[in-house]
Order: sequence, then structure tokens, then C-alpha cells
Amino acid sequence: MPEKFDVIVVGAGPGGAACANVCAKNGLKVLMVERGEYPGSKNVMGGILYRKQTEEIVPEFWKEAPIERPVVEQRFWMLEKESMVSMGYKGKEWAQEPYNNFTVLRAQFDQWFAQKAVEEGVLLINETVVTECIQEDGKVVGIRTDRPDGDIYADVVVLADGVNSLLAKSLGMRKPMQNEDVALCAMEVLNMPKGKINDRFGLEGNEGCSVEIFGDATKGELGTAFLYTNKDSINIGVGTTLSGMIRSKIKPYELLEYVKNHPMIRPYIHDGESAEYLAHLIPEGGYNAIPKLVGNGVLVIGDAAQLVNAIHREGSNMAMASGKMAAEAIVKAKQNKDFSEVGLDSYRTSIYDSFIGQDLKKYKDLTHTFENNPQYLNEYIPLMNRAASQFFTIDGTPKWDKQAKIMKSMTAGRGKFGVVKDIYQAWKVMK
Amino acid sequence: MHIVVCVKQVPDTKVIKVNPKTNTLDRSSAPAILNPYDAHAVEEAVRLKEQHGGKVTVLSMGPPQAVKAIKKCVEIGADEGVLISDRAFAGADTLATSYALTKAIEKIQKKEPISLVLCGKHAIDGDTGQVGPGIARRMEIPPITNVIKIENVDNKESKVEIRRKIENGYEIIQSQTPCLLTVEKEINEVAYSPMPNMIKAARYEPTVWTVADLDDVDKQQLGMKGSPTIVGKMWPPAKSEGAKLIEGDAKSQVKELVSAVLEKRELFAQKGGK
Ligand SMILES: Cc1cc2nc3c(=O)[nH]c(=O)nc-3n(C[C@@H](O)[C@H](O)[C@H](O)COP(=O)(O)OP(=O)(O)OC[C@H]3O[C@@H](n4cnc5c(N)ncnc54)[C@H](O)[C@@H]3O)c2cc1C
Ligand SMILES: Cc1cc2nc3c(=O)[nH]c(=O)nc-3n(C[C@H](O)[C@H](O)[C@H](O)COP(=O)(O)OP(=O)(O)OC[C@H]3O[C@@H](n4cnc5c(N)ncnc54)[C@H](O)[C@@H]3O)c2cc1C
Repeated sequence: MPEKFDVIVVGAGPGGAACANVCAKNGLKVLMVERGEYPGSKNVMGGILYRKQTEEIVPEFWKEAPIERPVVEQRFWMLEKESMVSMGYKGKEWAQEPYNNFTVLRAQFDQWFAQKAVEEGVLLINETVVTECIQEDGKVVGIRTDRPDGDIYADVVVLADGVNSLLAKSLGMRKPMQNEDVALCAMEVLNMPKGKINDRFGLEGNEGCSVEIFGDATKGELGTAFLYTNKDSINIGVGTTLSGMIRSKIKPYELLEYVKNHPMIRPYIHDGESAEYLAHLIPEGGYNAIPKLVGNGVLVIGDAAQLVNAIHREGSNMAMASGKMAAEAIVKAKQNKDFSEVGLDSYRTSIYDSFIGQDLKKYKDLTHTFENNPQYLNEYIPLMNRAASQFFTIDGTPKWDKQAKIMKSMTAGRGKFGVVKDIYQAWKVMK
Repeated sequence: MHIVVCVKQVPDTKVIKVNPKTNTLDRSSAPAILNPYDAHAVEEAVRLKEQHGGKVTVLSMGPPQAVKAIKKCVEIGADEGVLISDRAFAGADTLATSYALTKAIEKIQKKEPISLVLCGKHAIDGDTGQVGPGIARRMEIPPITNVIKIENVDNKESKVEIRRKIENGYEIIQSQTPCLLTVEKEINEVAYSPMPNMIKAARYEPTVWTVADLDDVDKQQLGMKGSPTIVGKMWPPAKSEGAKLIEGDAKSQVKELVSAVLEKRELFAQKGGK
């Protein structure tokens, strides 16, 4: 008779490892199965790790986790072809404990984070693919793996298998993804000496900087680019919705080359030595794309459940938080000896009541609004650039006249009414 | 039958970088793996156990992280693993390595007699292939290298028949047991480990011995102290340069190649001529 566990977690990304960790802390017998050679070996992320949700799994993690730099400055660039409007905030308070957020390299961070779960008693099995969930009488009772004698049983199976989640699909918990609900991201790690990074970004010691880039980086399609500083490398990446990529007939690596050669970006990264090239999907369907989260004997968390806030590039934190909520629901279900959909339902309500449900709801129409109204990206960012250029150019024109002229050019394309409508709509989806 | 397999944790030389200044291996640049030849040795031991019954014990000398290599062997099907790990072993060359491993084998043997000791053909980092024969010499048992098949194991008569690779063919020899075999990769395909082994390995905690756990050890023969080898100099092989890819259809390729060769006058110039 094959061995039985309380919980099997499929996938050892931030979501799976957080869930396994909390389950084990509560005395449950947990098996975590990962297809990669080690956790993180196949995982991709821009690299911003959020303190709050990580700390809830491993208190004061920054003292031992393989982090790259604490982020002390966040910049936002609105790009035109040869100009940009930039905003940002830098604060020395973020350079001290307990910090705000961090840059990380996932291959290292995930390995460490999963190891913390192992230290709590989780059994981790790498290099093993879960091929399906074993079902009996409409209940998930275990997993089938690609190994000989590969069936294993458990009261609950947690699907933390990432954006594609074939397992959630095969259980019918998830519909196929729509092209506008998923972004394709390409990123590169560029090696660069620490001193050079610090000079270029105006940093001291181990301080880090994150740059979120909008506008011309994605050639007008909905999406963003980013630049994050690691210890002695820079992560640069760009992504747009799949539908945008299909529309503009552009390939992800071409877009990345375009971004790397953009005159506003090039000076920061040129002569960086390419160390790694990665591509990955990000679920961006938001609130409307959240699948069925709970079934009989099964829960879906993290990217597998599409829990990503695309606007703020929050994903790893939602994966961890959802993992923790799933664990808490399992602990409750174990006490009541009820692993049915009803017995596990507290997971669903926790998600919708938490910041995850609230934030995703807040931005729920955003993607579609931008998809259907390309003028936000195609017209307003160039407009902002022109306005800034006019305002700051000293040419003897009085500032009052300049403002009038800027107002006029702002409304020239779409008319006053159109602009007001756009602003209202944008405010509505972002408020 | 009780089989002991010596396994080494090595940096994955497929990805390792060489420090261009010192010409030494930058071990931090590559993940540590089980020496690939040793994986085949463990697989062979497990197959013999499945056929003839008995037990497979793996033995490794290395830093504490080398327990990972031992766990890998348990995935393949080994029953037990021992790591000998101590600062006193550090800096060992093949002489000192084989001494320390022999001392550990002697201790294992006291508890359960051994019929075979298996080693890999060589370690992919050190590459000497000396450790196996070194152990055999110290144990005073026959060393048989380059083994590609183990046949006709006769436990009653304490005999085994071995097929080993030689320059232009192979050789079949018979040996008494216990003996020490170093194996080639052709000996078997390492099977995809079944799930129960994976779970067992994830739980398994190898036994770790320090010098103090070994009996009758002459400390002068351990580690740096016991290592007469001095590495004089190391350098990467010179890269060949100036290669050119000739493209186009077959006819124009040949034409370009012939004219390129004809232009290389030094290929044709007679001794003393121009
Ligand atoms: C280029 C080079 C530089 C070196 N530099 C130094 C140095 O600076 N200082 C120094 O003291 N020594 C040095 N050594 C020697 C030392 O590190 C040897 O590599 C080591 O003792 C094992 O020899 P090997 O790797 O050649 O193993 P091999 O003899 O090729 O290994 C054959 C088999 O023996 C077994 N085996 C080997 N090692 C172990 C082990 N540790 N545990 C269990 N089984 C094992 C395995 O089954 C393996 O497949 C160097 C060697 C070389 C070739
Ligand atoms: C380019 C890019 C930049 C990003 N930037 C950020 C950022 O800066 N900050 C942030 O918070 N988020 C960011 N994200 C999002 C973030 O990466 C994800 O939200 C997060 O990784 C989700 O975690 P997860 O554990 O749910 O899934 P994953 O991290 O995808 O982990 C899933 C795991 O499951 C394994 N697996 C899958 N299928 C199977 C199977 N059948 N059997 C066994 N194992 C399986 C995989 O190998 C993987 O290890 C970014 C994403 C991308 C693509």
C-alpha cells in the first residue's frame, strides 16, 4: 500500500513552499513535489520580493535569505522615443530593518525558501513531474507522478504548479487562458560590477533601485518593462499581453532588444555581460479570471489560481499569502475531518476577504480598459513628454502661455470631451 | 552479498568556470553533483543486490554538503550511506583519500563482511582514476579496472566473472571475492528512480563519521599532511582559432575550400624552399 500524507503540494515555488511550510508547522505530514532539478531552477521573476508576506512565513528572513539588495528607490519612467518623464521615491528608511522590499534572483531564493519548509519537516522530492490528480468518487485523493510506483495519496492536494496549471485545467477548475489575460515576458540578467551599478543608479553600498517603465518600451501595447539592480547584475525585462504581441506581430526577444537599445535605457545597461535569458508567462486576467479555488480534496493557489496584480507586479507575495491561507484552511479541515469542498471552503472566503481579493477587485477592469483604449499608452505618454519638454524649455515664453499651449495640444487629438472621458475612465479603473 | 560503493561529490564540470588568473577551478560556479561514473557503480550494486540479495552501502569522503550525493545514491536504491567528514581529511590527494576510505571500509567490514567494493572509473574533477586501485592495494584485494559487465557471481565459491574494456576489445577474467572493481559508464543505464526510493532518500540521514570514529588511524597519513602530490601548474588547453565556416551549395563549398587550401603556401613549400 503506497504511503499516505496529510497534504501533497505540487510545485515548490513561493506559493507551494509557503503552504507546505505552514502546514508542517501545524504538525501535518507534508510532501512537496517539484519537477525542476531543485526549487527555483525553472522559475522566473523580475525580482521584487515583498517583505510583509515573506516575513509571515519566515520571520526576519532578510537576515539569512539570499537576497540581492534592499530596494531604497522606486522609479517610474514614462517613455517616448527620445525622451521620458520620470518620477520616483527614494528613502533611506528603506535601507534599514525591517526594509520595504528586496531584489532577489529566484533560482537562489526559491531554493532557500523551500529549504525552510524542509526544516519544518516537509519532505521535498525534486525532478518529478505530477502528471495527474488521482480521483475517487469525485474526490481528489492523491497524485500520479511520472516515476515508477509513482502514485501517492493524501487527504488534500494543493495545486501550486504555476501559471499554466495543467492540473487545475484537467480537473476542470480552470478555463483556458485568453490571450488578453496573460502576458509574455522576456528578461535577461546582465552581469555588471557592483561599483558600476552604484554609479549609474546613484546608489551606495548594497542599496537597490527598481525602475518600472511604461510607454514606448512596449511599442504602445499594454505592458511594462523593468530594470532591477542585483548585487552585481541587472535584471531587465519586458512583457506585453499575448494579444498585444499577436497584434503588433512582435516577438518577445525582439521587444527586449528594442528596450535594451532605447536611448533612455541603454546608458544604464550597456556593456553588461549577458548571463541568462529567460521567458515566462504572467497571468494578468485579475479578478475576473480567478478560477474555482476549492474542490473536494483540492485547493489552487498562487499563479495557478491567477492571483497576480499586474499593475503593481505583485505575484510572489500573493502566492505566499494564498499558500498560507490554504494551509490554514487545511488545518481547520483536519480538525473537523472534512476535506470536502465545503470543509475546505474557508480558503475561498479568506482569499476574497484579504488584500488579494480586494486589490484584484479594485483593478478588475483595468486590463480590458487599456486593451480597448490604446490611446492611454499611444497618446498620453507622448503628450506628457511633450508637455514636460515645453514646460521646461526656457525660450522666453511666459509660463502662463506655455500652460495654455500644453492644454491645447493635450486636447488636440481627441477633443476636450474625449480627453475628459478618458481621464474619468482611467480614474475609475485605477481608483 | 554486501557491496560497498565509494562515491565522490564533484562540481559539474560541464558548467564549471576556470579562474583565468590562477587557472584553478572556481568551484562556486558549478553545482555539486554525484560523480557520474559513481552513479553507474551504485546502479550496478543495486542490480546485483536485486539478483543475489544482500545490501548496498555507499561511502563518501567530503564536506558536510556531500550528504546530498549520498541521498542521491539512496534514490538509486542504496540501503545505507556513510560520510566521513572532518577537517583532518581536507586537502587529501589520492594517496591520503584512499587511506581514509580504506579505514572507513575496514570499520564497515567489521560489522558486515564485504564481497565487493565498487568505484567509478574516475572522478570527473580530479580525473586520476587512482583512488580505486589505491583502496584495493591497501585492502590487499585484487583491483579490476574499466569494468563493463559483472557476470556469474558465485557467492558459495567466492568468485566473480568480469568483462573489462581494453584497448581494442574486451577481456573476460575471473577473480576471487572480495575484490575491487572500477566501472565504465557502459556497464548500465541508471534507471529513473521509483517514487518509494525518492521518499526514502528525502527522509534519509546518512551516518557521518569523523576521524575519531575510525579505528587505528595514523593521522600523519590523512589530509594535507598525508599528501605528497604537488600540483605544479595548471592551464586550460589552448583554444584553436581562425576556423571559418564555408557556406553555399556543395560545389561552391568545395571550390572555396580548394582555393583556400591552395593559398596556404606553407602546406606545400619544400623544406628550405619558399
Ligand atoms: C588537477 C588536480 C589538482 C589537485 N589539486 C590538489 C591539491 O591542491 N591538493 C591536494 O591535496 N590534492 C589535490 N589533488 C588531488 C585530490 O583532490 C584528488 O582529486 C582526490 O584525492 C581524488 O582523486 P580523483 O578525484 O582523481 O579521484 P579518482 O581516483 O579519479 O576517482 C575514482 C573513484 O574513486 C572514488 N573516489 C574518489 N574520491 C572519493 C571520495 N572523496 N570519496 C569517496 N570515493 C571517492 C570514486 O568511486 C571515484 O569514481 C588534485 C588532483 C588533480 C588531478
Ligand atoms: C518576468 C516576470 C517578472 C515578475 N516579476 C515579479 C516581481 O518583481 N515581483 C513579484 O512578486 N512577482 C513577479 N512576477 C510574478 C511571480 O513570478 C509569480 O507570481 C510567482 O512566481 C508565483 O508563484 P507560484 O509559487 O504560484 O508559481 P511558480 O513560481 O511558477 O512555481 C510553480 C512551481 O511548480 C512547478 N511545477 C509546475 N508544474 C508541475 C508539475 N506538474 N509537477 C511538479 N512541479 C510542477 C514549477 O517547476 C515551479 O517550480 C513576475 C513574473 C514574471 C514572469
